[in-house]
Amino acid sequence: MALLEVDDLRTHFHTRNGVVRAVDGVSFAVEPRETLGIVGESGSGKSVTAYSLLGLIPTPPGRIESGRAQFGGLDLLRCSEAERRAVRGKRISMIFQDPMTALNPYMTVGAQITEPLRLHEGRSRREAQTRAADMLESVGIQDAVMRLREYPHRFSGGMRQRAMIAMALITSPELLIADEPTTALDVTVQAQILALIKRMQAALGMAVILITHDLGVIAGTCDRVVVMYAGRILESAATRDCFKQPRHPYTQALLASLPAAHVKGEDLYTIPGMPPDLSIEIEGCPFAPRCGHVVEACRRGRPALEEVARGHASACLRVQAGEL
Amino acid sequence: MDRVVQVEKGASLWQDALHRLRQNKLAVAGLAILAVMVAAALVTPWVAPYAYDAQDLDLGAARPSARHWLGTDQLGRDVLTRVLYGGRISLMVGFAATAVSLLVGVLYGATAGFLGGRTDSLMMRIVDILYALPFTIFVIILMVFFGRNIILLFLAIGAVQWLTMARIVRGQVMSLRNTEFVEAAVLMGFSHRRIILRHLIPNVLGPVIVYVTLTIPNVMLIEAFLSFLGLGVQAPMSSWGLLIKEGADCMEEYPWLLLFPSIALSITLFALNFLGDGLRDALDPRGAGE
Amino acid sequence: MSEYVLELRDVRTHFPVRKGVVRGRPACIVKAVDGVSLRLRQGEVLGLVGESGCGKSTLARTILQLAPPTGGTVLFEGRDLGALSPKALRHLRPRLQMIFQDPYASLNPRMTAFDAIAEPMRIHGAATRSEAPARVSALMAQVGLAARFMKKYPHEFSGGQRQRIAIARALALQPALVIADEPVSALDVSVQAQILNLIAELGQDNDLTLMLISHDLAVVRHLSHRIAVMYLGKIVEIGEADAVFNTPLHPYTQALLSAIPSVDPDRAGEPVSLRGDPPSPMNPPLGCPFHPRCPIAEPACAETIPAFIARAKDHKAACLKIEAGS
Repeated sequence: MALLEVDDLRTHFHTRNGVVRAVDGVSFAVEPRETLGIVGESGSGKSVTAYSLLGLIPTPPGRIESGRAQFGGLDLLRCSEAERRAVRGKRISMIFQDPMTALNPYMTVGAQITEPLRLHEGRSRREAQTRAADMLESVGIQDAVMRLREYPHRFSGGMRQRAMIAMALITSPELLIADEPTTALDVTVQAQILALIKRMQAALGMAVILITHDLGVIAGTCDRVVVMYAGRILESAATRDCFKQPRHPYTQALLASLPAAHVKGEDLYTIPGMPPDLSIEIEGCPFAPRCGHVVEACRRGRPALEEVARGHASACLRVQAGEL
Repeated sequence: MDRVVQVEKGASLWQDALHRLRQNKLAVAGLAILAVMVAAALVTPWVAPYAYDAQDLDLGAARPSARHWLGTDQLGRDVLTRVLYGGRISLMVGFAATAVSLLVGVLYGATAGFLGGRTDSLMMRIVDILYALPFTIFVIILMVFFGRNIILLFLAIGAVQWLTMARIVRGQVMSLRNTEFVEAAVLMGFSHRRIILRHLIPNVLGPVIVYVTLTIPNVMLIEAFLSFLGLGVQAPMSSWGLLIKEGADCMEEYPWLLLFPSIALSITLFALNFLGDGLRDALDPRGAGE
Repeated sequence: MSEYVLELRDVRTHFPVRKGVVRGRPACIVKAVDGVSLRLRQGEVLGLVGESGCGKSTLARTILQLAPPTGGTVLFEGRDLGALSPKALRHLRPRLQMIFQDPYASLNPRMTAFDAIAEPMRIHGAATRSEAPARVSALMAQVGLAARFMKKYPHEFSGGQRQRIAIARALALQPALVIADEPVSALDVSVQAQILNLIAELGQDNDLTLMLISHDLAVVRHLSHRIAVMYLGKIVEIGEADAVFNTPLHPYTQALLSAIPSVDPDRAGEPVSLRGDPPSPMNPPLGCPFHPRCPIAEPACAETIPAFIARAKDHKAACLKIEAGS
């Protein structure tokens, strides 16, 4: 039984310039204790997907047009605000990209970390403080008790990210959503934070959805990966399979454009063209205009995500037909 | 051989701001009212029913009637005419004093903010000292020395208003000074003058414009205040401030003498404030383009 | 005329931080750049790598005289930039240009692409009013932008396009040295490759000397002839790009390389060898700047600042343990 099952999620933004179909029919599942990676470039809809699940989409321009998100016995997209609030921060936690702005500069770190405990579990201040100090230590911050009394500006970038992780995990959630958690960090700190997330995941037995544009990060931490483009999923597979044998031209192109994939001095491979304008209805496969393997059939209808090998799905017609 | 290239027009941030402003109904209303007031002030000499100093001593103070739409004052002067002419003076003082403060304040503040260091400290200390001078006494001293003069009036008011403008501009420029495009301008060897005029000032104009629309009402109120004290415009010329003073003196007996100039001033101030609020929202770069 | 386009001799940039009510001696000094020496030949591409707080951006600004150096000398084409009068320096400016990290912040939002590219040419007399449109078109073509966009404003372009405009502007004055400070970090992954290709191509076509600053080793390796690794205001290793990448000498370089997540799932999951966060340059440790986090540190490392030890021709690192044959 999957922990979270998302079915045909569609989130559209009704703007002055038209309807932007940021997420346009996304379905995936997350098993307990699993790490699912959602990879895509900016504009692919990966962050909007996560925000939709937690009701964080600003609803005047944005609207969840359709879809289900079964979490336990609850449909996250249709439940009441009170039910959602009971889940947010308690059973599903989220950490964000920019540690500088993710913490409230006017509250001490301790106040912020104990807040979810006080709210969701009704613990006393003393109890919550002890738990918070323990949590800070397990995320690798020394002198935890002293640190609780400090304000965020005294923390370095890596420490703030750790504090944010502590805040997210203190209620032992079943699912952690991490939206580009290491993009703003130095590479050595990034490695530490990713290792930390993995360690906490094992300790708490939770599932993780890791959203990033960095293929290397996915390769190192995720069990399964889902590749998004223009609001849709183009490929879904176990990480190993996806990188060793990508079964969608877009994934292949992404892997090919990494500098590491090139001989020194040779021009880097770049994907020709630009991502599509999401305010225009897309006919056919969204990657067709830029695909090196495109045929006429690709431009019609709407290619579905279908299994092409065990546990490996692709939304490419030609791959499904066995041509690629 | 030159290829003929069809160059596409770009939409500047100003155009985007204008578009957003147009959508703000209150701001547009404010702008319309302001336009009406300014237009009325401009055509007053041709439109006013009476000469502004034409007296009718037999009539004295009379309530609004068909002949005098807004009534007359104790000397039989038509109130409508007086309000129209008063508007000319008030608006002129408002715009002119603001223009002075704008010119001096922007250049001074931008220079101080850009140069920084000791020069900036010195320039701002001067501003601080001038700020500390009591304004009323300063104006009184000027009036005593140079006599009461309309031009002196708006120079005096402008001379005080520029201080706040300078501070605002300096703050804006200081935050812009470290942005990359200013650094790029320095790297390309542009003169200080060019950087201040071409790169810094156009990018601080947003807050400055908003402040201008909020300065004008301020100036008009100061003028009204000075007139109230007897330091402003001299009879037989009039301004809304003077009219309000005279009306307040006899407001129990002839309430319309206070009512109409007050309404005129209030409407103009409201209009300017709505316009200023709308401009501030429209010029907020967070909403532009992206 | 020197054989080196750029020469840095023990350059230091320190910022005093005044704390407390008592004036006079500053409470502490931020040693952003603390003794950097480098030499660049014409046409060379040097990659400068380091994490936040290492001082690489401050170094770039010091070279370009945007931040005043506290000590040492910066020689450009044999001339001491610090000794020039402001007028002489301004005259020399066209030869040293920079490409910034944030493509939006590096363009004046009130100026069209045409204005931005034409302005330097007009001011320095490189093009008259009538010549400008043709010259701007040519530059835009060089950076891969259609000339018909020249009257558009920065907010109407994408990040990659804005960076192209910035590059065109930098090239307008035909500089000899271009410093690119994280030119692609703010851009989307798929666009990064395009811009890098462009920089490489333009560098070759115009025989530019390039200093490429990045935290991304893969990017730097691909384009650079040599790589310098910076830590806490000092260069800890410098050598040919492949040599530094394949046989890193300094423990920090080794840690940096092992921390890069690899796309090859077989290689992924290698252990991380560094503890702690990148330090702030406000309280640099005594001795070797890296020793508090170094996995092979010894007591001697806290006492002396290690000198450079060369392993191969042009490949050296500042670490005591190399001498001992580690």
